[in-house]
Amino acid sequence: MLGAGVPLAFVGIFFAWPVLAMVGRGLFVDGTLDLGGFGDVLTRPRTLRLVALTIGQAALASVICVLLGLPIAHVLYRLRFRGRWMLRALVVLPFVLPTVVVGVAFRTLLRDGGLLGGLRLDGTFAAIMLALVFFNVAVVVRTVGNTWEGLDSRQEEAARVLGAGPVRVWFSVTLPRLAPAITSAASIVFLFCSTAFGVVLVLGGSRFGTIETEIYLLTTQFLDLRAASVLSVMQLVVVVALLLLAARARGRRTAQRRVDAANAVHAPRLGDAPAIAVTLLVAVFLALPIVSLVLRSLQTADGWGLGNYIALGGTGSRNALVVPVWVALGNSLQVAVQATLIAVVIGLAASLVISRRPRSLGLRRALAGFDGALMLPLGVSAVTVGFGFLITLNQPPFDLRSSPVLVPIAQALVALPLVVRTILPVLTGIDGRLRESAAVLGSPPWRVLRDVDLAIVARPVLAASGFAFAVALGEFGATSFLSRPDRPTLPVVIFRLIGLPGGDNFGMALAASVVLAAVTVGIIALVERLRVGTMGAF
Amino acid sequence: MIALSAESVTVSFDGTRAVDDVTIDVTAGEVLGILGPSGGGKSTLLRAIAGLERLDAGRVSWHGDDITALPVHRRGFALMFQDGQLFPHRTVAQNIAYPLRIAGIADQPARVGGLLDLVGLAGFGDRRVTELSGGEQQRVALARSLAAKPRLLLLDEPLSALDRELRERLAGDLRRILVETGTTAVFVTHDQDEAFAVSDRVAVMIAGRVVQSGTPADVWRRPATAQIARFLGYTTVLDPHAARRVDPGAPGAVALRAAAVVVTDGGPVTATVVRSTPAVDGARVRLVVPGIGELDGVAGAGIPLAAGDVVTVRFDAAGIARLGATAEMEVPV
Repeated sequence: MLGAGVPLAFVGIFFAWPVLAMVGRGLFVDGTLDLGGFGDVLTRPRTLRLVALTIGQAALASVICVLLGLPIAHVLYRLRFRGRWMLRALVVLPFVLPTVVVGVAFRTLLRDGGLLGGLRLDGTFAAIMLALVFFNVAVVVRTVGNTWEGLDSRQEEAARVLGAGPVRVWFSVTLPRLAPAITSAASIVFLFCSTAFGVVLVLGGSRFGTIETEIYLLTTQFLDLRAASVLSVMQLVVVVALLLLAARARGRRTAQRRVDAANAVHAPRLGDAPAIAVTLLVAVFLALPIVSLVLRSLQTADGWGLGNYIALGGTGSRNALVVPVWVALGNSLQVAVQATLIAVVIGLAASLVISRRPRSLGLRRALAGFDGALMLPLGVSAVTVGFGFLITLNQPPFDLRSSPVLVPIAQALVALPLVVRTILPVLTGIDGRLRESAAVLGSPPWRVLRDVDLAIVARPVLAASGFAFAVALGEFGATSFLSRPDRPTLPVVIFRLIGLPGGDNFGMALAASVVLAAVTVGIIALVERLRVGTMGAF
Repeated sequence: MIALSAESVTVSFDGTRAVDDVTIDVTAGEVLGILGPSGGGKSTLLRAIAGLERLDAGRVSWHGDDITALPVHRRGFALMFQDGQLFPHRTVAQNIAYPLRIAGIADQPARVGGLLDLVGLAGFGDRRVTELSGGEQQRVALARSLAAKPRLLLLDEPLSALDRELRERLAGDLRRILVETGTTAVFVTHDQDEAFAVSDRVAVMIAGRVVQSGTPADVWRRPATAQIARFLGYTTVLDPHAARRVDPGAPGAVALRAAAVVVTDGGPVTATVVRSTPAVDGARVRLVVPGIGELDGVAGAGIPLAAGDVVTVRFDAAGIARLGATAEMEVPV
């Protein structure tokens, strides 16, 4: 009961209520329901253009991610070679890199004088597309790879023996078995891309945007809450549809029997050459923005040097900042620790509840619905959540407006689905008879929970903690709304520095981005050593 | 003295009765085998006794005390699954010590060492359970089940996942260990050889009901019904009229194994070969015997047979069972 109650209350108070309040504010005018706003907002040319742009952008990025992700998943999860684990870590890195850092990195890469400055992509649709692919290719690789690794290769062998050529085997045997994983990954990528915020805000300028950036502009710049909430409702509908699709695909996938990964991999062969080539190209593509970012951060007005890093001790030119950057890093770390604690405790409790298989069909359906609800924060606009916090949590019983707990709570919400998706598959994979064995041998229920569930899930929990920490550290959308001016986090500071160019500010933004990226990389490198396959897979 | 008593136990899943009004008793120190085809409700009955399934009707008692409502972990029983269900994150020794730790028993290393000796795995204590073969895992699971000296040991097809040779060897070991430790046990299997090798008494369970019980020899010699006889490997059941042709003293129907009908020179009965299939020790044949019908039989290696050959046969009493009531039997409804 407690296990279900605490996560439900948390998601209810800190997610459902703010979001609904935000939505309600647009739909109710003077206390009565008024749907006129929909027709009004949805017929604006600007809205139509942004909706089309959002969908087109997300669809194109999803297709590219799947096309690039499949060969990489094959190389990283079906081939046996040294350094496989390092490459897997490299691929997942962009996914956890703070959006602001990625935005900054792409600008240094694409602007005049950057490594790819000659391509004149700065401020174009292609630049946004590159950044979206950069972020999300990992989702496809991890999700599909995790499934692929467990597929019995004897089915392919059987098809070969029956006379099917390699192409036919791929389309008739391999692809159908991967399809649920691909659907799941693609719908999650679509979700991430269509709600992309930080990266689009940094790279898109005034010409390009998403529904998400539009909600941000409408609420903060034009104070048009009605229009913003109409867009939020639309976004919510799309997100729920996509999550249902992904959940269905996941359900079909878990029905497949997994084999030991050791039996499914083979040494690289000539036929793997195209996949290996794609993997290498993408690896270079993933490394380029980071390399460019690091190089550029070492350039100062006086030539190469550490000047930008030294400047992090100050508050920037024209006093852009209230606190030195190092203090902001300290804030970030502290807030991320709190967010991680919240996300892991809530996520573990929720996963334990969802992993039960009650006899009653009604209860099983309720658990499935609960599972789906926990995924919602993945796709609902962080801006909606952030703004919703401001309008709901500023009055009794939850007068938290000035409280420092708001930021970690918002970050925990963002990290929660990732924690659940890392822990839950491991818990549902435990044979129920293992728990029964412990019970028959004399373990009371609490002891079964400790000795079986918690013992088995310990490593995934640790990995999920690191993952949640990295995500919380880089969270920008909700944090940008909620962090108090005197206690900014590092991503907020970086965005502020980009917004006030001139003097050392851009250089400082680069140096701060490198620092943030380095901390994130360090955490993910540690987490990868735990070798938890479900991390980053959907 | 009756230790375990399950009375009129019924367990349903979604309206289907997996266990249907079953009553069994187990006396102290006895090994009861529950024998029956797959899907007959044997495992569900075992789980109900362990406390893992809610009863829809009936009661379970231990030395007269009703334990139907007692939670699983307080019953002091142990249950061993077909695939061991060892804790993958613990070593062999830690798995075996698990019930000892729960019971707060001192001197665990010595006890674990003794149990490893008992199941023939001395020196395996520090191994990871994932490194063990299937047979070794089942031995560890048995040691773990016995560790806290359970009042009752429940075994759910403990040998079924193993290959034949290992299964026969372990069945012998299991019998020895249960007798040595004086353990009261209920043993579920679909394999009659296994049931007869391990049990003092067997109960045959088909379609959720116990249809016959008795000593292995009783059940083997006197299957109560044609259905039980067929499950036990008797290939043909003859009506009372035909039965008297092969077993003149038979009071009713009889069941025949192939070994009951032996092709031999100068046998008392003439038969025609329908087909002949080679076997390791000769041939399995299908015969038509006038006045009886088609029968399975065996032929020695020296006699080449083809369809249509006319041969003579004799009947071997060792392969013939008279169907009907024995002293301790429940007639199916």
